[in-house]
Amino acid sequence: MQIIKNNQLIENHWTFLDDDAPVVAGSICVSLARWNAEKAELSKHAGNLGVRLSSTDDISTLGADLGLFALIELNVADFMDGRSFSQAYLLRHRYGFQGEIRAVGKYLADQAFYFSRVGVNGFNPENLQQTHATLQDFTAFYQ
Amino acid sequence: MLSPNHKILSFYGAYYMIAAHFIRLFQAPKFIQMYQYNHNDQILIEERVAQFRRQTEQFLNGEISEDGYRNLRLRNGVYIQKHSPMLRVAIPYGVLNSKQLHKLAHIARTYDKNYCHVTTRQNVQFNWPKLEQIPDILAELAEVQMHAIQTSGNCMRNTTSDHLAGVSVDEIEDPRPYCELIRQWTTLHPEFDWLPRKFKIAVSGSRDDRAATQFHDIGLHLVENDAGEVGFRVLVGGGLGRTPIIGQVIKPFLDKKHILSYLEATLRIYNLFGRRDNKYKARIKILVKEEGLEKFNEMVEQEWALIRDGLEVSDERFAVMKSYFKPFDYDKKAAGNVTFAQYCHENKTFAKWVEHNTVEHKVAGYRAVFLSLKHPETPPGDLTDKQLDTVADLAARYSFGEVRSTHRQNLVFADVKQADLFQLWQLLNAAQLATPNIGTATDMICCPGLDFCSLANAGSIGIAKEINEILDDMDYLHDIGDVKINMSGCVNGCAHQSVGHIGILGVDKKGVEWYQLTLGGSSANEAAIGERLGAAVPKNEIAQAVGTILEVYVQQRLHEETFLETVNRVGIEPFKVKVYANH
Repeated sequence: MQIIKNNQLIENHWTFLDDDAPVVAGSICVSLARWNAEKAELSKHAGNLGVRLSSTDDISTLGADLGLFALIELNVADFMDGRSFSQAYLLRHRYGFQGEIRAVGKYLADQAFYFSRVGVNGFNPENLQQTHATLQDFTAFYQ
Repeated sequence: MLSPNHKILSFYGAYYMIAAHFIRLFQAPKFIQMYQYNHNDQILIEERVAQFRRQTEQFLNGEISEDGYRNLRLRNGVYIQKHSPMLRVAIPYGVLNSKQLHKLAHIARTYDKNYCHVTTRQNVQFNWPKLEQIPDILAELAEVQMHAIQTSGNCMRNTTSDHLAGVSVDEIEDPRPYCELIRQWTTLHPEFDWLPRKFKIAVSGSRDDRAATQFHDIGLHLVENDAGEVGFRVLVGGGLGRTPIIGQVIKPFLDKKHILSYLEATLRIYNLFGRRDNKYKARIKILVKEEGLEKFNEMVEQEWALIRDGLEVSDERFAVMKSYFKPFDYDKKAAGNVTFAQYCHENKTFAKWVEHNTVEHKVAGYRAVFLSLKHPETPPGDLTDKQLDTVADLAARYSFGEVRSTHRQNLVFADVKQADLFQLWQLLNAAQLATPNIGTATDMICCPGLDFCSLANAGSIGIAKEINEILDDMDYLHDIGDVKINMSGCVNGCAHQSVGHIGILGVDKKGVEWYQLTLGGSSANEAAIGERLGAAVPKNEIAQAVGTILEVYVQQRLHEETFLETVNRVGIEPFKVKVYANH
């Protein structure tokens, strides 16, 4: 399956594990709840680690764990819910997260450009081509 | 077949058009005192047009969901109304130039039914565009540095301000440079385009608040501190609509250089913590209410402390913004004119118009002129294409090519020489723009109501007409004096009925239109939310009820007391007794 990363279409190499799914080899991403419950074991995982946040999760609670992640997924449950934009801003600009911030879930292709402006650099959208194209919509902005 | 006169007419028509064109060229002021787009601004709005064109095409091809497109079009000012789409065009802080007015006239003629409507947020609405033509309209607007960005939707809306900015005698500082700074910051802000609910900012720079800053999500009022420095008094959580609330002072004095960081901190707290579970509880006013001002303030302060230093607005940036709003090159001899006083003395009708429709200007010999869009025969706030062209030409001739829109749905020529007033009055009269009713009971704020709006429960334009009919005696109207009647066709309150001295709210009772009355509201310094008079009144009795309220005022008033002062002194009881006497 392809995703968009840093404006390019690339193959996805991450596996998101449901809360009850067994751990697999390679790069894995889990929910914040699972991370908090299984932190000790998951920290020993040989592959890369990622965490998936919902729009109501408090970024500040991640603390030092942030340094363990190569990926943070922001799960948009509803495109009207704009909290993920502030979460992305905080992760990138306040907490200095250097890894991939990926928008997943139910967002509009036309929201991708705004996401890219607040620090999101990975997209796993429903409509890959359409979303990729919208990232070129603007060359001018104020902020 | 064409009549023999046709050629002559068309000859004169062509002659007139060419002549008019030259008049415009020669009369166009050399320096317009409003913000002028740079390359970046222009590119941004053109890219926005291209984006919306693509979004609309994709929607019409079924490539964007109905719900998705709805939210995208709203952020471009496009509503789907009862009969057709409606396009709301932004007039940033109510400032327009002649060229832009001619463009609005052209759009009204080409894409709409020859008119437009001025809104309570100083914007302009077209009620009959075709959806597939809206990208073309937006492209035409972009040619004259206009757009419809964020005029609806759950995002930061057009920043509003004082229609007398830069010219009023009670001004502390011109708010427009700050409005433009905020306009740019709010436009396509990537973090705050999907807020829990809409977000409105108003800026006032004068002692008398003419921008209703106490009824905005954030109200910014320029004030002077004890040290003589000018900064912002920041109010938060005000608003009208279903739950009218007066904003509370969250920061008595904010240094101007922190304006953007403070806005950003407030918006971030709102975006993260504002309620999203119930759209009627999603405005920032509910967050402030539920958290309490103290707690909310703490949250904002904490956030602000982390970003404050990185987002200071430099003196240079302020200077650039201010350079766009320098005072005009006023005629120093304007005050020496004597004909104005003569005309006032000789022509009582003119004198009445001057008294009601013009106000003092900070430069002697000039006055600010209100163009009344409340002619008894036309829906409040409406302007035809011909009127738009006339206003554009008259602005170029008499007011440095600049026009303001007001939140009471009128227009203003802010800089007219008193020597020109008599001539201007005659020309405005001919265009039905000189009804001498500014600030009176027939200068009503009125939403489009049931006639156009799919949200409305009741008509408002028809009621406005009936009220006009019972108040057709100008002497009586002038005797009643300052009465602000605000009328909305539903509880969403687009016409700010809750802050009308007399508020009228249309409600639906089993498919029949009824109207609730409130008294004593105000959006000025002495902000107040109107008190409900009693049970709703049926449609055929509402205009008369308003007439009765005004009669009670005339009976009850003491000396020079205004309507609002009388209501505040005697309370609603005497009004209630008379209005419901026959029930």
